[in-house]
Amino acid sequence: MDFGTTIQILDSALRLMTPLLLACLAGLYSERAGVFDIGLEGKMLMAAFTSASVAYATGSAWLGLLAGIAGALSLAVLHGLASISFRGNQLISGVAINFLAAGLTVLLGQKIFALGGRTPSLEGAARFRPITLPLAQELRDVPILGPIYAELISGHTILVYVAFLMVPLTWWVLYRTRFGLRLRAVGENPASVDTAGVSVTRLRYGAVMICGVLCGIAGAYLATGISAGFVKEMTAGRGFIALAALIFAKWRPWAALGATFLFGLLEAVANRFPNLDLGVVTVPSMFMNALPYILTVIILAGFVGRATPPRAGGEPYVKER
Amino acid sequence: MERMPKWADLVLTPLLSLILAFAISALVILAIGESPAQAMKVMVEGALMSSYGWGFTLYYATNFIFTGLAVMVAYHAGLFNIGGEGQAAMGGLGVALVALALPWPHWALALPAAMIGAALFGALWALIPAWLQARRGSHIVITTIMFNFIAAATLNYVLVNLLRPVGSMDPASASFPPGTHLPKLSELALLLGIDWGRNSPANITFFIALAACVLVWLLIWRSRLGYEIRAFGKSEPAALYAGISPVRITVLAMLISGALAGLMAVNNVMGEAERLVLNAVEGAGFIGIAVALMGRNHPLGILMAALLFGFLYQGGGELALWTTIPRELIVVIQALVILFTGALDNMVRMPLERLFAARRRKGA
Repeated sequence: MDFGTTIQILDSALRLMTPLLLACLAGLYSERAGVFDIGLEGKMLMAAFTSASVAYATGSAWLGLLAGIAGALSLAVLHGLASISFRGNQLISGVAINFLAAGLTVLLGQKIFALGGRTPSLEGAARFRPITLPLAQELRDVPILGPIYAELISGHTILVYVAFLMVPLTWWVLYRTRFGLRLRAVGENPASVDTAGVSVTRLRYGAVMICGVLCGIAGAYLATGISAGFVKEMTAGRGFIALAALIFAKWRPWAALGATFLFGLLEAVANRFPNLDLGVVTVPSMFMNALPYILTVIILAGFVGRATPPRAGGEPYVKER
Repeated sequence: MERMPKWADLVLTPLLSLILAFAISALVILAIGESPAQAMKVMVEGALMSSYGWGFTLYYATNFIFTGLAVMVAYHAGLFNIGGEGQAAMGGLGVALVALALPWPHWALALPAAMIGAALFGALWALIPAWLQARRGSHIVITTIMFNFIAAATLNYVLVNLLRPVGSMDPASASFPPGTHLPKLSELALLLGIDWGRNSPANITFFIALAACVLVWLLIWRSRLGYEIRAFGKSEPAALYAGISPVRITVLAMLISGALAGLMAVNNVMGEAERLVLNAVEGAGFIGIAVALMGRNHPLGILMAALLFGFLYQGGGELALWTTIPRELIVVIQALVILFTGALDNMVRMPLERLFAARRRKGA
């Protein structure tokens, strides 16, 4: 594999990992606060649809982004209502949200655009455009570093850079702010946070809402960044891969970057070489597609280090009377 | 917490949740500019007013009974099996291997063999998540989700590379030999001299599903293993003190659950398509979750819920055919049923409990 191909694959990996990274960080906030979220997929899908619709109607990718966030937030509120206020089963609520999004997006899409659940193609300002970083053109001819800067680092949409900035930001919020300390505490031992006079309910809602915002950006990136419009089921299991990455990363922000990069790279390689010829054996594309899930099972089995979820995860908090 | 009367707990709460789910579904239909009453009419006529419609309704219901029972058995052991989709898909592989292995002389011989193949493959697909949960403490929900995707990829590989007949482009197995074709309900009716349900896929598997309901009921409420499963599901420490092995119960409950989900493939792969195609399960594994929740994890409830979802599925198909409402309306209704009867259960229960408590105080 030559240098140019490597750059192209890495470039494609960055694009493909962006929605995974955003969704993974979204899940990180929610699960660190003790609310399991298998509805990442649904929230992303809903956001992809609302962002594409609004971007098409207004011709503005930015308004689309806002609509995407609103779409994902509405489902996040529903999840909060079910799993925080009414102390329902968080897993069942997540399953319901995935179905709700899968159904509603097609139903509304067909009603509004009558294109079988798709939105019309987005053009011009309705999509997020690649940004050329300063000096990218001038430095292109510098050997090795030039192409890396001009093709790999420069030339992505703003949402890609936002996703990458979210990693240090998330780390800082979780480990260097009072909010982050409380957020982590409420996922481990909500009673202690309650005893300290901090509202468990409010903290958990906060985390679930942040999760909604990040899923919203992820969905908007799918529909207005990577592709030009919404197609039905366009998230195609990315929410679950993000969930897998979250376990892989053991609920830590920097590790989430690594895990989603790995999964993005797998997808990029699978796209480029449908049947990967390793000389001795040919790896079928289906195996490459299933690899993130297989790796997650291996991690879960504890063969490669232990993934311990936040202790109070999945448990509704009942204040003692 | 004050107790409600049993009927309120078992009937009133789910009924109110269900009414809420359907009321919101009606609002959704209104929101997309269609009439809920008209939609209901199309669905009832398409699913229940002809023997043809009933044939499809019963066919779908058969699928949902199996996946619903699968979710139920795991649920009683305190396990949430979201892997029905993958287990049913692998069950299909088991059926296909059995059906294509021998030149079966008669369906009566092929059927039990195919049932064993389906149950075995479904159970095997549930075994690894079960073992991981029991031995390594990895969360069964996450592992079964992962196994759904792995099953899809595995099946894709097997169909494209191993089972596809030479010269065919479809990722599908060869058609099963005639000796494996299961009698349709319409053919059975014809034997009795009744002209019923021509060209509909409902087949003899429906009766196997009914038998499965009875057997699961016997298993859970009338057997030693069922007692252990329920005890373990209610309280793991208590079960431990009673000498019940968590590993054994987790693995056994998941094996039974996976086998039930796998058995669904007898209906859709052997009874209907008569060959194995990609994505043969069509989401029935997930509908099993809604069916089990709605049926309050009791076989009788599951039978009724499966019939209702069979009706919704067939009616939804008719909607897509005769109106501009897409099939996905069913997915929305399914989501709302899961949401209200599963996750938002307390929204109905809490005010009801308060109501009953107030009444009791007044009475006392």
